[in-house]
Amino acid sequence: MDKIFIKNFNLYYDNFHALKNINMNIKEKEITALIGPSGCGKSTLLKSLNRMNDLVEGCRIEGDIFIDDKSIYGNGYDVTLLRKRIGMVFQKPNPFPMSIYDNIAYGPRIHGIKNKQKLDQIVERSLRAAAIWDEVKDDLKKSALRISGGQQQRLCIARALAVEPDVLLMDEPTSALDPISTAKIEELVQELKKDYTIVMVTHNMQQAARISDKTGFMLNGELIEFGKTVDMFTVPKDKRTEDYITGRFG
Amino acid sequence: MSKLVRYIIKISALITFGILFLIIAYILIRGIPSLKPSMFQWEYTSENVSLLPAMITTIMIVFLTLLIATPIGVFTGFYLVEYSKRDNKLIEIIRMATETLSGIPSIVYGLFGMLLFVIRLKFQYSLLAGTLTAAIMVLPLIIRATEEALLSVDNAYREASFALGAGKVTTIFRVVLPAAMPGILSGIILSIGRVIGETAALMFTLGTATGIPKGLFSSGRTLALHMYVLSTEGFHVNESYATGVILLILVLLINGLSTFLSNKLTKEN
Amino acid sequence: MRNRFDRELDLLNEQLIEMGNLIESAIKTAVTALEEQDVELAKRIVEKDKEVDNMERDIERRCLKLILQQQPVARDLRLISSALKMITDMERIGDQASDISEIAIRLANVKYVKELVHIPQMAQATIKIVKDSIDSFVRKDTELAKEVIFYDDKVDELFDIIKDELVDIIREDIEHKEQIVDLLMVAKYFERIGDHAVNIAEWVYFAIEGEHFRY
Repeated sequence: MDKIFIKNFNLYYDNFHALKNINMNIKEKEITALIGPSGCGKSTLLKSLNRMNDLVEGCRIEGDIFIDDKSIYGNGYDVTLLRKRIGMVFQKPNPFPMSIYDNIAYGPRIHGIKNKQKLDQIVERSLRAAAIWDEVKDDLKKSALRISGGQQQRLCIARALAVEPDVLLMDEPTSALDPISTAKIEELVQELKKDYTIVMVTHNMQQAARISDKTGFMLNGELIEFGKTVDMFTVPKDKRTEDYITGRFG
Repeated sequence: MSKLVRYIIKISALITFGILFLIIAYILIRGIPSLKPSMFQWEYTSENVSLLPAMITTIMIVFLTLLIATPIGVFTGFYLVEYSKRDNKLIEIIRMATETLSGIPSIVYGLFGMLLFVIRLKFQYSLLAGTLTAAIMVLPLIIRATEEALLSVDNAYREASFALGAGKVTTIFRVVLPAAMPGILSGIILSIGRVIGETAALMFTLGTATGIPKGLFSSGRTLALHMYVLSTEGFHVNESYATGVILLILVLLINGLSTFLSNKLTKEN
Repeated sequence: MRNRFDRELDLLNEQLIEMGNLIESAIKTAVTALEEQDVELAKRIVEKDKEVDNMERDIERRCLKLILQQQPVARDLRLISSALKMITDMERIGDQASDISEIAIRLANVKYVKELVHIPQMAQATIKIVKDSIDSFVRKDTELAKEVIFYDDKVDELFDIIKDELVDIIREDIEHKEQIVDLLMVAKYFERIGDHAVNIAEWVYFAIEGEHFRY
């Protein structure tokens, strides 16, 4: 079943045409990787899915994106609710400058959960889901800035999971991490696939090849090719995809 | 070569510290012998130039000034950084205004305060006129400090908060403000220092009455003013130095307190 | 971009061509040794087979190194993985040429029951497809690869002819049964060489087209 359906989607920053007529359907509980050179629009497309582009001045869109068959840009779609359903993890680990516990509880709290017991449960469940519970369970009061970068990123994943989304967007989640932390996150992402639909931007093509089910290759704001990852990395259909992934681009 | 540079650096540091040391030592040497318990009496008389009323006035004016300037300054800073659109003319005007204000000599504030508050609005020499003038004077400091503090808050925090579905107000109060707090606080402390040390702007607005102000429309004098008046009158020069000692201690205390507070705040994070 | 990688791939190409030449000449020499009953020549081929084996190891090592260091994708991945498969077939061809030579040594002192006609023909046909299969790789020529795949039918036909012939002979001439079985083995080896050439051509087709050849 299609979880996300992007239909004739165009995005402009003032006069710059950043996304050109994107059509894409993302299946439920699959990992979709977006690859392409810097500035190709892959992060912009990712941010269109939870309307983070709304925050950018001069940003204008055409076309539509549907999640579970409902238009997220249509009238009456509550952005707060949308972002609750679609978690996001960023390139650089960005835990809030507060304790580990408060980081995880932040989301549930702003959505109105005040009951201490319930919050405790959510914190534990989220940290467990992000495979970091065992490492921090005795230090929940510790500042989140004082754990390692890899742990911080898993904490950020846990924070995103705490509001119970069903889609997870990841914007180059391992680009700031060492290989071991990267491996842990990749492992975790594949684990999370069981329960979440994951869309991930990555600069690391091997990573896309390793963990994603589908891959989309973008260039100059266009979606050049989109298909099964295995096919894309063995027999790409488009010459530009081939040139890019084999490193003979430009 | 690098040796020479090292010497120059060391000497520069030494000169800076030396001057500070000289000033402090001079004031302490001249002032401490003149410190008498009688200077801390409630009443100021021409025989006993007690500095206690001035001290209380100083605290009052600092408190009142911050009461007015902090919210206005902090919210202006928030507006500039968090709410305004990128090519908003108003921002440029506000920025220019704050920059100009911070460059104006304090005597100009004093004269302006006198013309507007004391004469035009008929406040007379009063706590209110002094406070308002001091507030205008420290506003740019607080605005700038707030602005800087907010700008230095990593945008990633805001993004993370928005991505969790938080609104703008929630994000600002729960995430941005706590992170910016040390910076804002240091701006406020700088303002306190400015008010405590100010004479020119307050002389023509707060006045130089010797007692503790009985209300907003009553005049008084701050420690700095007290010191200034005593030394210009020439009858109580020793007491003036003693006042200097107290002022010095007050400033050191405030500095200590501010370092303590900002350390505490940053450590919590 | 990726000049280093491209140079390595060129080297891989060259090695494959070299190995191809090696097995091609091994088959040629084997059939000559058989025809002319030349023991020395035949022995030399058995020796040479070691070279082919070493070559296979070399190329295999290069491929593994490239996979490890360059993490090839798309056409590079297909090229390298095809090369890995091809060398197995090429090595087998080398083995079979050496097997034929061993039979040639055994048959060096006997008089053939019949003049060798179809076996040299079969040898020519297999040499051609082995050569073509390697050429198709060198020139990235899918048409040539397809030709190889179809031309193998001719090799199979020749094998059937030889088999029938030998069955006829053995019926009357039970005395030379060992020689006849040996000759049948030779024919079978050539038939196998043809199959390996077809495998190579199929890998070439995959490396270029990205899908397996469908009959």
